[in-house]
Amino acid sequence: MITDESVVKGRTTIERTGIGAQAVLTVQQFENLIPALHHRSYEVIGPVLREGAIIYDVVEKLADLPAGWTDEQRPGHYRVKPRQGKADADALFGYAVGPQSWKRYLHPSEVRLFSAKRQDGVFQILNNNQPLEPSMKRAFLGVRGCELAAIAIQDRVLLEGKFKDSVYQHRRPGVFIVAVNCTQAASTCFCTSMGTGPGVRQGFDLAVTELTTQRGHQFVIKIGSEAGAEVLSDLEYANATPDILREAEDAIERNASRMQRHMNTNGIRELLYNNFDHPRWDNVAQRCLTCANCTMVCPTCFCTTVEDVSDVTGGHAERWRKWDSCFSQEFSYIHGGSVRSSAKSRYRQWMTHKLASWIDQFGTSGCVGCGRCITWCPVGIDITEEVHAMQESQVNALHPAKKEEHGRS
Amino acid sequence: MEDLKRILAAHPFFSGLKPEYFQLMVGCASNVRFDSHTYIFREGEEANVFYMVRQGRVALETFAPNQKPIILQTIGEGEVLGWSWLVPPYRWSNSARAVQPIRAIALDGKCLRDKCESDNKLGYELLKRVVNVIGTRLEATRIQMLDVYSATPVALRHNEKEFQ
Amino acid sequence: MSRLALNPNPMLPNRYLVRSVSKETHDTFTLLLEPDQGASSQPSFLPGQFSMLYVFGVGEVPISISGDPGNPGHLVYTVRSVGKATQALTGCPPGGMVGIRGPFGTNWPVAETRGKDVIIVAGGIGLAPLRPVIYHVLHHREDYGHLFLLYGARTVKDLLYRKELASWAKEPETDVYITVDTGNQSWRGNVGVVTNLFSSVKIRPEQSIAMICGPEIMMRFVVRELESRGVARPNIYVSMERNMECALGFCGHCQYGPYFICKDGPVFSYDRLRPFWDRHEL
Repeated sequence: MITDESVVKGRTTIERTGIGAQAVLTVQQFENLIPALHHRSYEVIGPVLREGAIIYDVVEKLADLPAGWTDEQRPGHYRVKPRQGKADADALFGYAVGPQSWKRYLHPSEVRLFSAKRQDGVFQILNNNQPLEPSMKRAFLGVRGCELAAIAIQDRVLLEGKFKDSVYQHRRPGVFIVAVNCTQAASTCFCTSMGTGPGVRQGFDLAVTELTTQRGHQFVIKIGSEAGAEVLSDLEYANATPDILREAEDAIERNASRMQRHMNTNGIRELLYNNFDHPRWDNVAQRCLTCANCTMVCPTCFCTTVEDVSDVTGGHAERWRKWDSCFSQEFSYIHGGSVRSSAKSRYRQWMTHKLASWIDQFGTSGCVGCGRCITWCPVGIDITEEVHAMQESQVNALHPAKKEEHGRS
Repeated sequence: MEDLKRILAAHPFFSGLKPEYFQLMVGCASNVRFDSHTYIFREGEEANVFYMVRQGRVALETFAPNQKPIILQTIGEGEVLGWSWLVPPYRWSNSARAVQPIRAIALDGKCLRDKCESDNKLGYELLKRVVNVIGTRLEATRIQMLDVYSATPVALRHNEKEFQ
Repeated sequence: MSRLALNPNPMLPNRYLVRSVSKETHDTFTLLLEPDQGASSQPSFLPGQFSMLYVFGVGEVPISISGDPGNPGHLVYTVRSVGKATQALTGCPPGGMVGIRGPFGTNWPVAETRGKDVIIVAGGIGLAPLRPVIYHVLHHREDYGHLFLLYGARTVKDLLYRKELASWAKEPETDVYITVDTGNQSWRGNVGVVTNLFSSVKIRPEQSIAMICGPEIMMRFVVRELESRGVARPNIYVSMERNMECALGFCGHCQYGPYFICKDGPVFSYDRLRPFWDRHEL
């Protein structure tokens, strides 16, 4: 289907400009993406290098992205380094995910729920039915497969339950998503095990695969929605030939095959429900600091707390909502004590919720395999290792003979 | 005599006991009544009676020098009062006061103990049932001790106050 | 004043006025609230549900509704004064303004219990969320079998709704048993744990539904007692409690295993909770 626009503007056309169509762009052509989004009043959020980490913030132009940087991630370890290779030295997306996730914008860390005033014993909620913040059109540039899955998970939690979270409901619709197919996972990634990557399948407006080969620095862009097609129509692009498409597929597949961490999710719900008193919990409790880093960096963790504050005169009050963590001592406080008082019970709660209870609550796992909790844990606790240890002990318990036979522990 | 045997056999405490044992015990048994507000026995006295309550409520009490008497537990119809007759030094550990008019069967403790010595099978049957009563009361007492309805239940008074 | 519709946003409180505050015990008070004169409609509630009561500038607390579900014109709450918000609520003078969000949560199975005997076991302030069931049963007497109320409190001074307890005991097909943990000499009633009362109660386990509310320890041994007397697990209901902040299933605090107490509960059948019931620090 050839659109009239493309003929009128004299650009190279592609066979279809509908959903699923793929185009290939040079760096210079790709540079026009952000202006095209600005033109449509989108504020563009993308990856930037700041204070030694690749985080998300407002980007004005493509040059704001951390071109030529990569990350090195291990349990309890995160460093950014310049890329070494000659061909891919200027890669724009040559890293995995950093400490922040898109929940920063959709489910913000601090938000005011309402403000109220009181006079002569009568109080009134202000801005009763209007949102407390102006509407903002945002585009997310650089959303990985795991992050796309995380956004979908939070959509389910905050929009598809008995109630709708009004803040999320205000911020989520109309977000323009430019996804990125990962071609270089970090060592802590395990998206393949969770079925969330490294390639993206749905939920995006545009999906980008960056190719850095002898052929040159190119971007394969797949249209994921009408809005995406509309934005792309502002850009110049060429046909994505079968060769280039295959190269893109190969890059993603290669990344998948090199994934270093895995989690066997078969029967994981039963595993965790049936092992409430497993000694492994004591083991991890000795290491866990209950620092809550994992919950802060996790893209699906959604727990919050409310704080009611008033001014000195007592005439003005506000309710604020802030991120909270099940690792905090007072999270489960009731009637003078906490239900989950020990570190063991809190780690167990987090992991069991993330991998098992979540399935009963929302129909999917709560984990997307992004590996952030592993990287950002100060003592390097690895959720995949914890699951594996528990699975192994079940196998050994059932088949001790098998253990000897294979000579493995 | 026959009457007493029938009454004994009907009491829930003896449910499942073989008929011949009632014949053995009836010699130790007698019908008793207490008016409201009278003390059936007092803490520290020699414990030589085993009461099977047929009607009315009995309060088990304790007291301390600076406190009024406190009721720890009430025992009613179909329950038994007193097990100290079976365990040395055979002294009552609490007082028992009739809250309502009481009708009961009193079994002579020493008489029963002698019969249990000579017929160990009877002894075993009695002991089984008494242990059950003591066990149930012990469990209940532990829970009462926890003061669960309080705004500061006992279990939490041990908390170091990290936060208010 | 303009007519204010009830706020459709469940995150925002609606305004209510305190009509009266009556003292139940030394630390427990019953509040009667009515909607602020502008409000156009009144949410009805089901027995067992709770509201989030908001004190301006101080905060919110979850309180079970303990009034008559057949008379939603006034909302009734029995509140124990234990913290800043509850102190403010119980100290609120008539005419004072309070915010309410809700009602929230699941309800006692009053519909499923029709035609059956109702066994209510309450401990301490746990009688408050069960009182709406008693009202409902007494107002629809033909629909229910025998009503048993077993109620345990700390001491005689801590008994709630004393006048009503006496009048309920006089209702047809209704037995009220009361016990206290310790008593003084002027008390002629039962002393001991609430399960002791079962020895005097002739229940028909196959046709009974039991509803229990109180401290978790108490609910544990009551459940044990009911099961030993032949009441089946699906016929035993409990009201659970955990730290609650949003009451909407978003803040995550009230989770108990896979359940959000605020929306999957607070009322649960024991059957459903059985896999998690005996777990420490869950």
